[in-house]
Amino acid sequence: MNKKLDLFVTFFKIGAFTFGGGYAMVPLIKSEAADKKGWIREEDMLDILAIAESTPGPIAINSATFVGYKTAGVWGSLCATLGVVLPSFAIIALLGTLLDRFSGLKPVRYAFFGIRAGVLALIVKALLSMYKKCPKQKLSGAVKQTGAARVWALLPYLLMALAFILTALAGVSSLAALLLCAGVGLVTYFLHREEPKA
Amino acid sequence: MSGLLDLFLMFFRIGLFTFGGGYAMLPLIREEVTRRGLMTMEELISFVAVSESTPGPFAVNIATYVGLHRAGLAGSAFATLGVVLPSFIVILVVARFYEKFKTSRAVQGIMSGLRPAVVGLLASAALGIAGNVFFPDGFRFSPALPAALGIFGLTLYLTFKKHHPIKLICLCAVLGIAVMYGLEALGVSV
Repeated sequence: MNKKLDLFVTFFKIGAFTFGGGYAMVPLIKSEAADKKGWIREEDMLDILAIAESTPGPIAINSATFVGYKTAGVWGSLCATLGVVLPSFAIIALLGTLLDRFSGLKPVRYAFFGIRAGVLALIVKALLSMYKKCPKQKLSGAVKQTGAARVWALLPYLLMALAFILTALAGVSSLAALLLCAGVGLVTYFLHREEPKA
Repeated sequence: MSGLLDLFLMFFRIGLFTFGGGYAMLPLIREEVTRRGLMTMEELISFVAVSESTPGPFAVNIATYVGLHRAGLAGSAFATLGVVLPSFIVILVVARFYEKFKTSRAVQGIMSGLRPAVVGLLASAALGIAGNVFFPDGFRFSPALPAALGIFGLTLYLTFKKHHPIKLICLCAVLGIAVMYGLEALGVSV
């Protein structure tokens, strides 16, 4: 099969069969793109994840673009990205109209009352796992350090608190908070690196 | 036309400034979508559930949905294109300078600031969403509050038991219907 068509079809499948998006797609991308097709090596998957996390946008789009590019250049990335987007686009375009039609019905409203409480739980769970994954020292260990080392160790916690306070209490936009924290991260990273290692 | 361009630009911004994907996108989407009155908070939270239960990335799902509302199929195409384009372009560039990117100290520095920020932002969004879920009509007790707390607690417990989100959403729907009709049968206004 034509490689570009193959990319499109494979990523269409990935897009159609992963619910919830994000990390749910990673195992499927690995099994399809690495194990079955051999477009990338298994260890490339880790790099792709690291890059997807440090570049903007959904992980699925990032991975599709990256694998497509490595396999068949810019056209390859276009085919793979289109493939991964199309199923969810088509389904929501269909479902969206239905959703609006039924959302006023009493049983549907009642169902969504329960669902919203459940969604909050899913968000709290996601929050906790993002907190765990964020690189940082243990809080108990960080406060025990002295001097500058203590500031560096506490920095991730301070930035979390800063972003939270700015957006939740001070009415600052998420975008401004992100840019500020990115700036602080950049500056402190270089300052920290230039400190002589004891 | 300006409506379509607005949709494109708004989702381009969302795509450009969300790192990590999935729920990491929620704070920015919440701001853009609710502050502009494109969706109410309830609709947005409900849509998270729809997105969990349908294939594909959350960002694409919500872009398609909001676009559809504002300007039909053309609107969803523009919004989706907007949310996809930044990551597409950035990855094309990064794929070329892959090794340099991986070891770049500037990238690592920026990420060392962004990673914690995203956690703080999501916490802030979660707080706002909690307010909406538990106190939809202002900060007062309603008969539905214990029910919402109960469903939240149960679902949280079950997510830690590794139950699949779609299963949990179905369970919450059933519980929601049962509880609300139950309250209604008891003569409590909900």
